[in-house]
Amino acid sequence: MSLRRAVLAIAAKDLRIEWRHRTAFTSAIVFAVLVLVVFIFARDEGSVSLAALAPTVLWVMLALATVVTLNRAFLLEREHHALEGILLAPISPVALFWGKWLANLALVLVVELVAIPLWVLFFNITPDLRILGTGAVAILAAIGFTAPGTLFSAIAVRTRFAELLLPVLLLPFVIPPLFFAAQATVRLLEGAPVSDLIGWLRLLALYDIAFLALASILFPAVMDQ
Amino acid sequence: MSPASDAIDRVIRRGRAIMVAGLLGVAAVYVLSLGFTPPEASQGLAFKILYVHAPSAWAMETAFVMVGLTGALYLWLGDRRLDVFAEASATVGMVFGAILLLSGPIWGKTIWGAWWVWDPRLTFTLLLYLLFAGYFALRSALSDPVERARFGAVIGIMGTVLVPFIHLTVYLFRSQHPMPVLGRPPCPPDSPNCAPALPWVLLRPLLLSFVAFTTLYIGFVTTRYGIGLRRVEEESRDAG
Amino acid sequence: MTPLRPPVVEVRGLGRRFGHVRALRSVDLVIGEGEVLLLSGPNGAGKSTLLRLLAGLTRPDTGTVRVLERALHGNPQGRSAVGFLSHQTFLYDDLTARENLRFAATLHGIESAEREIARVLEAAGLLQAADTRAGVLSHGLQQRLAIARATLHAPALLLLDEPFSGLDALAADLLRRTIAAECARGRTVVCVTHQPAEIWEIATRIVVLDRGAVVFDAPRPPLLDDFTATYRGLIAA
Repeated sequence: MSLRRAVLAIAAKDLRIEWRHRTAFTSAIVFAVLVLVVFIFARDEGSVSLAALAPTVLWVMLALATVVTLNRAFLLEREHHALEGILLAPISPVALFWGKWLANLALVLVVELVAIPLWVLFFNITPDLRILGTGAVAILAAIGFTAPGTLFSAIAVRTRFAELLLPVLLLPFVIPPLFFAAQATVRLLEGAPVSDLIGWLRLLALYDIAFLALASILFPAVMDQ
Repeated sequence: MSPASDAIDRVIRRGRAIMVAGLLGVAAVYVLSLGFTPPEASQGLAFKILYVHAPSAWAMETAFVMVGLTGALYLWLGDRRLDVFAEASATVGMVFGAILLLSGPIWGKTIWGAWWVWDPRLTFTLLLYLLFAGYFALRSALSDPVERARFGAVIGIMGTVLVPFIHLTVYLFRSQHPMPVLGRPPCPPDSPNCAPALPWVLLRPLLLSFVAFTTLYIGFVTTRYGIGLRRVEEESRDAG
Repeated sequence: MTPLRPPVVEVRGLGRRFGHVRALRSVDLVIGEGEVLLLSGPNGAGKSTLLRLLAGLTRPDTGTVRVLERALHGNPQGRSAVGFLSHQTFLYDDLTARENLRFAATLHGIESAEREIARVLEAAGLLQAADTRAGVLSHGLQQRLAIARATLHAPALLLLDEPFSGLDALAADLLRRTIAAECARGRTVVCVTHQPAEIWEIATRIVVLDRGAVVFDAPRPPLLDDFTATYRGLIAA
């Protein structure tokens, strides 16, 4: 049983189930729009320009939306103890991590696909190539949020307070990628040259690789009973 | 009294002795810094809080790294005592963090007139404190001691790998301002550059303080480790 | 001297504790091919723990457990030899019966999955309901689907944890027939149950666990009533 097939089967199964009722996706979008609207309404129009606020809002929106989607992954395995059904199969637990992570990432990317154009619209951002740059940062950041997030949601779901514990555990881990992504976005929107950007993207990529690797290595220890 | 129980008592006694040594060291730092060290040029008396701050931050970071290391060893060897040590180290780390987060604003108010500033050490302390908080939140949400140990180890390892990223973030966050390095006093946010490196008379209380706080850390953790071991022993005795 | 076939299950000195509770203490058990073992005992005796150790879901604290000469914990490859059925169905409510089976088939790396799925759906009388979401099916149909899922990959060892609990007569009958069919194919079955009457005729051997230890292990006596008396005596001791 190849690792790749098992990973894709698990991710496909997750996405198919999510498609059937779309609760995680819908809550994430609603949350993102809520954040957008609150920031705009709460702004003091005289002293804070839309442009100054834009990067902040983008990243608050995406970070919170990600946390909202993460719990779905292992909660859905709880009914009928479906997780045991997977653990009984002749596949390595690491395949389960990668499958869940892939599904989480796909979901977050779809949310970003909806949320970012809304952000462009509400904050009067000129849609040019810089949007593509923002997209690249958004993908790297999504990886950075979902890697530890997938591991922690597997842990949190074993406790009574899963929905509360996941954000508490995840918070310190979200801050570095959030910071790198926000800095990159600020420079993007200012029209800074690509060379300014590369450093921040490299840091994001470093974070992503480090935590994807570590989370996948530690995951079997969490699945162990 | 069983031999195991005697060994635990020895651990606690040794821990207490080291703790006392550490406290004496801290007292010596106070005497040295308040009695035998002149006030620093730009910040006056308030500068002396560095002598408590920097070593506390160091002890806190060491505490967390130890949580990660013993966690990794636990996952490898399965010895429950490693988890007892991890919990002890985390408890002590959190205490140092609390001291820092309470005393930091006092310093900030005196130097910069604000109760909170995003100075690198405070920011770092806050983020590390969040890591500790998450660690304890997880442990208290789990009832099975084996799960507590295993998941605690996973969080500890993840957090330890995060620490360099936190350093990086804090460093870059304040990159417009010169960074405090050992021997250099921290700079207020509006000054364009820092004072030159510390002269020996200002440096020696700091070095003594590092030794004192490290001793204090070892003492606290050893004592707490012994107490933790005793608790585990009592639990298994009750369960029969 | 005819060469002996290796035992399907070999358990030596198996011990497992949860916190301060000793679920199993030094269990020795050898199960040969084609045996149908009825595992009985009072609540908390360690029966489910033993089953989970056999399935590789949990690791032993002491001793060894091998299925077809492989230790299953931490060793995914060997698990294709085991099928597990408990009162939890391992199903996804939002997937149809067929989709649930397809997922299981992919996880088990089954060749010609569609044919095997059609086979088990038919055997379970689920062809009509194949494209209905599992969450909508009645409890009895869900149990039948769970049976189908457990036997889809044709496991050499079938582990059943209280499979008859909560089953209606039709589903219980189907389960009995499925077990009998698996036995006819030479599979080995270990069934934990509080209702020995359900599979008394099919069982070949009875093992009783009490407080984590084996207290009775013998070929199945012909009459259930005789055994019930023996059992009461064992547990009271």
